[in-house]
Amino acid sequence: MADPGLDELKFRDPARARALSAALAREVAAVGHEPVSVMHVCGSHEQSIARFGLRAVFPPGLQVVMGPGCPVCVTDLPEVDEAVALALAGHRVATYGDMVKVPGSARSLADAEAEGGKVDVVYSVQQAVELARTHPGEEVVFFASGFETTAVATAAVLLNGVPGNFSVLSAHKYVPPAMEVVAEMPGSHIEGFLAAGHAAAITGSAVFEPFAAKHRVPVVVAGFEPLDVLAALLKLVELIRGKRAEVANMYPRVVTREGNRPAQEKLWRVFQLVGGRWRGIAHIPDGNLRLRDEWAHLDARRRFSLDISGLHDRAPSGLAQRCICGEIMAGLKQPSDCELFGRECLPDSPVGACMVSSEGSCKIWHTYGGLPDLREVRR
Amino acid sequence: MTRAAAPIERVGLKHGAGGRAMRTLIEEIFLPLGGPVDGIGLAALDDGAAIRLGDRWLVLTTDSHVVQPIFFPGGDIGRLAVCGTVNDLAVMGATEPLGLTCAVVVEEGFPRSDLERIRDSMRQACEESGATIVTGDTKVMGKGELDGIVLNTAGVALTRRMVTDSGLRPGDRIIVTGTIGDHGMAIMTRRRDLKLEGDLRSDVAPVNGLVRAALAAGGEDVVAMKDPTRGGVASTLHEMAGKARVGILLEEAALPVNPEVRAAGEILGIDPLVVANEGKAVIGVRPASADKVLAAIREHPLGRRAAIVGTAIAQRPGNVILDTGFGKRLIAEIEGEPLPRIC
Repeated sequence: MADPGLDELKFRDPARARALSAALAREVAAVGHEPVSVMHVCGSHEQSIARFGLRAVFPPGLQVVMGPGCPVCVTDLPEVDEAVALALAGHRVATYGDMVKVPGSARSLADAEAEGGKVDVVYSVQQAVELARTHPGEEVVFFASGFETTAVATAAVLLNGVPGNFSVLSAHKYVPPAMEVVAEMPGSHIEGFLAAGHAAAITGSAVFEPFAAKHRVPVVVAGFEPLDVLAALLKLVELIRGKRAEVANMYPRVVTREGNRPAQEKLWRVFQLVGGRWRGIAHIPDGNLRLRDEWAHLDARRRFSLDISGLHDRAPSGLAQRCICGEIMAGLKQPSDCELFGRECLPDSPVGACMVSSEGSCKIWHTYGGLPDLREVRR
Repeated sequence: MTRAAAPIERVGLKHGAGGRAMRTLIEEIFLPLGGPVDGIGLAALDDGAAIRLGDRWLVLTTDSHVVQPIFFPGGDIGRLAVCGTVNDLAVMGATEPLGLTCAVVVEEGFPRSDLERIRDSMRQACEESGATIVTGDTKVMGKGELDGIVLNTAGVALTRRMVTDSGLRPGDRIIVTGTIGDHGMAIMTRRRDLKLEGDLRSDVAPVNGLVRAALAAGGEDVVAMKDPTRGGVASTLHEMAGKARVGILLEEAALPVNPEVRAAGEILGIDPLVVANEGKAVIGVRPASADKVLAAIREHPLGRRAAIVGTAIAQRPGNVILDTGFGKRLIAEIEGEPLPRIC
């Protein structure tokens, strides 16, 4: 355990939180219109907001919208289909636990496993490499999901050298271009963005500067303790009120303007940006991280001839057609707008990816009791 | 939250986990067994039954134990079997057990030394609680037909004042008699072989002495009691809130949690609030007597870390609301204890 005192005192101090909430309410009122709409693009931010019940202290005039902050949730159906096809073709597919339950066009990896496919849950890419070492007679494919932070780990492992029977099926996603698309979306009135502190630790806060300038919206890099979130929201609303389309770093204990240069170098030596669909949202130009040509020999898409056309033999269930995960990920709706939420769709029996992943909005809201208005509740 | 509509086709592990799924199973299958009774019967789904006998109540309860591992830090299945039943009687207000039964189902090949060890810890728990085993039953099943041992105990006691789990009204204070989540977290870390045991020990203990002290101090003002076993304090509060049609506002900062349990919970991603306790009681007290009852509980060796952790409110009946110190949120009603065979 790290020193328990410091973090809790500095970032979990209810008195400071009350002061920040009061300041936030004043600042929102001073903007001059309601609601002031801001978006975060990170499941970990929603976890913090939900875990600590912050929505009950946000001023009523502030709308904090959840954006595409869950890499598992935006993994597109054909990407899952590719992994399913590999598993059904007899290869060993290793992936993070959340990905196993995510439905593809007709099957999830869990379904593929039930049909005899080999699927292993791993907690790190290193574990997947280890599987390749302990199963030398098999092809081991790491189905890689996650944003740029996680992609760095994948890149580092490839750069260190992997066994010949190991390859990567990349579903890694790159967040900044998705912010561009969401900012331009019809029906979206987002006036400012909270950026994810851990991703910015890699990319640096400067990565958001062109975005802020182009879209005339401020971006604040935020950490994940309750005080981090409140302080970042306060800063963001201040910038909105001042009509200052700037990037502010409210997580300086972790994030710099330049970011982690060695990590960036590793990332871009292995990956390149390619356009692709984010599930339920849109085609995101430069939104997908794919292996560069130099790494073609480790790219499962190029090593195997993947045919996913046979995987549409079953129609998606009627329930799946009513799932609004995509609109939730785009910030247009929230979990409580979904008729399936907490009824047919539960963590034990998820209909959509947003109820599968621990970073999915529906799973988070379900875990922390949904979104009743608790502002008025008192002793 | 609305329940999923599909009826239960086959029993799953979650149906024994002390949460919503288990309640659904009991309601769909076993509740029709209940009939009219002068007192608290099956339909009340309380910790035990209470049948009127003149001016007193005969309280009885039964409990089967399947914990894995059989021996765990802080106790074993024998201690658990005695304490589980003594505690179920105690939280109905019956703190002087008249007698306990003990039925053992054991697997062929089970070592004699383990049986003796289990017997000795049952005897120890009986001494601590003033209970006596008065009858029993023994069955053996073939190798592989049972995983080791299953222990069932039943208990009877008489009391003049019976306390249900449904007596809360707005304004009542909620007392937890000590740190939460110790039992379940000790079992979970042992089962998953997490090397962070430190002082992570089950709290399994008879609480009848402590409850007696609370009742002596609070009298009629002790209005609701329950022992927060499977599903933890969260499930217990959901039941108390639901049955009494009140909301419960819980203060997170007031909840007593051992640092080892907190650390294990963060690593496993499990809130100690939903984790089983085997030596605690949740007690609802009218506000005027809350401090007096708390002081009496704290005088008892098992109650030193007791605390007032929340208040019943008129708003949001049936809901448990957590004041995190930063904001407020609902505590979700869990499907069940995160790990099977915890007790």
